[in-house]
Amino acid sequence: MASVVSGSLCIPARLWQNGPSASCLFNLSDGLADQNTYFAQRSQAPITTGTSVLGITFEGGVAIAADILGSYGSLARFRNCPRIMHVNDNIILGAGGDYADYQYLKDVIEQKILEEECLDDGFSIKPKALHCWLTRVMYNRRSKFDPFWNNFIVGGLQDDEPFLGTVDKLGTAYVDRHIATGYGAYMALPLMREEVERNPIMTKDAAQKLLVKCLEVLYYRDSRSFPKVKLIFDCLMSLQSLLSTCSFSFSPYCQLFYLFLISATI
Amino acid sequence: MAVNSLAAYNTYGGPKSIPFVPYADNGGSVVAIAGDDYVLVASDTRLSSGFSIYTREQSKLFRLSDTTVLGCSGCWCDTLTLARILEARLQMYLHEHNKPMSTPAVAQMLCTMLYYKRFFPYYVSNVLAGLDEEGKGCVYSYDPIGYCQQTKFKASGSSGALLQPLLDNQIGYQNMENVTPEPICMEKAMAILKDTFISAAERDIYTGDSIFINIITKDGIQEEKFTLRRD
Repeated sequence: MASVVSGSLCIPARLWQNGPSASCLFNLSDGLADQNTYFAQRSQAPITTGTSVLGITFEGGVAIAADILGSYGSLARFRNCPRIMHVNDNIILGAGGDYADYQYLKDVIEQKILEEECLDDGFSIKPKALHCWLTRVMYNRRSKFDPFWNNFIVGGLQDDEPFLGTVDKLGTAYVDRHIATGYGAYMALPLMREEVERNPIMTKDAAQKLLVKCLEVLYYRDSRSFPKVKLIFDCLMSLQSLLSTCSFSFSPYCQLFYLFLISATI
Repeated sequence: MAVNSLAAYNTYGGPKSIPFVPYADNGGSVVAIAGDDYVLVASDTRLSSGFSIYTREQSKLFRLSDTTVLGCSGCWCDTLTLARILEARLQMYLHEHNKPMSTPAVAQMLCTMLYYKRFFPYYVSNVLAGLDEEGKGCVYSYDPIGYCQQTKFKASGSSGALLQPLLDNQIGYQNMENVTPEPICMEKAMAILKDTFISAAERDIYTGDSIFINIITKDGIQEEKFTLRRD
């Protein structure tokens, strides 16, 4: 670095005095070597994770199911991590992958909903819009090499039509009648595809039975799964019951299901 | 400087981290064939990653205007982003000039948009098909960083290397003796197009389920669907 030439009374200070001297190569690292500017470590790995999420559409609604385990590597660490959220009257959102990232995005979404309600204009975000917004959020973070390590399933009613879409940590997004993430893509999705092929117009009860079957299969083989699950329905049919809890057991290994029914107010 | 050479960052046997890769190969194939007054462009509808099929009904064609259709395959998240930005740019052009952008102009814009991301590219193979200002069919094909060439027919995507020689022979009349090349009619182009996808679905696990075909003529864009094997 060029030395500082101080001005005296008779010789005025040079106009350009702190910069690199002309005709010399400027060594950038001189001033910067002590600061750690070589790299920035981003969230390169998920820490506390949730496993598969399942989603299915049926006649007049959608359902999303996931268990409530937060795994810490192979350790079954947190046993009450619900990861399906009720966004508004016509959207539900399920998340797999890093639980902290999910909680952060949940807060952002809740703030969005709050701001929207403050407008009090009777409009609320629809599932397609939330799905599209999530796609952009996930893609922007992957482009910064700082991804949200999640798989999301967005379900809901788009103008009384069932909608089910998914976004992963890269921003890969698509819409389908049945979606499963994680190990569910290998084990539950074939069961769901088979059932939908056989019975394309599915009733709510048939969808629920199918999801329970899929979760059972996943519990047998996915070591990061858990016998307590959360199923959320968003449909036109159950108009009066809100959060009616029922439980049933399906095998000696399993304790119970929490079943939340959330009615859509149309 | 490597991270491990800094004293505070020695990671002997530390926790294993999964490296983050910002790209995915979601497969898919696109074929386009241009005639004198029409263009056919088709994509399969399978979206997959590794050994799993995400969905069986995802069209990879994007209708950009009444005379232009873009077919994309490769990294689906980049495809979605690129298509969305393209649609926005075309909308801006429409409002500024009060006319839709011509196919050669879209082709040039796509080229610069891809090269703009030269050092963090959109991992997408694009095929742009449409009618030019004279109403003649044209096909533009790209590499992920913005190389562009105009052709009469193109196969790209996961089965690109498999299908292009077939098109070269059947439409370009290459490696044939005693034939006089003649312009191809739409019926024959359609038959060849379907045959290419059928043969791709036999060999390529990333191509299958069904195809969406867009038929672009001066009267507008017609859509057709054709089923392939689903295994």
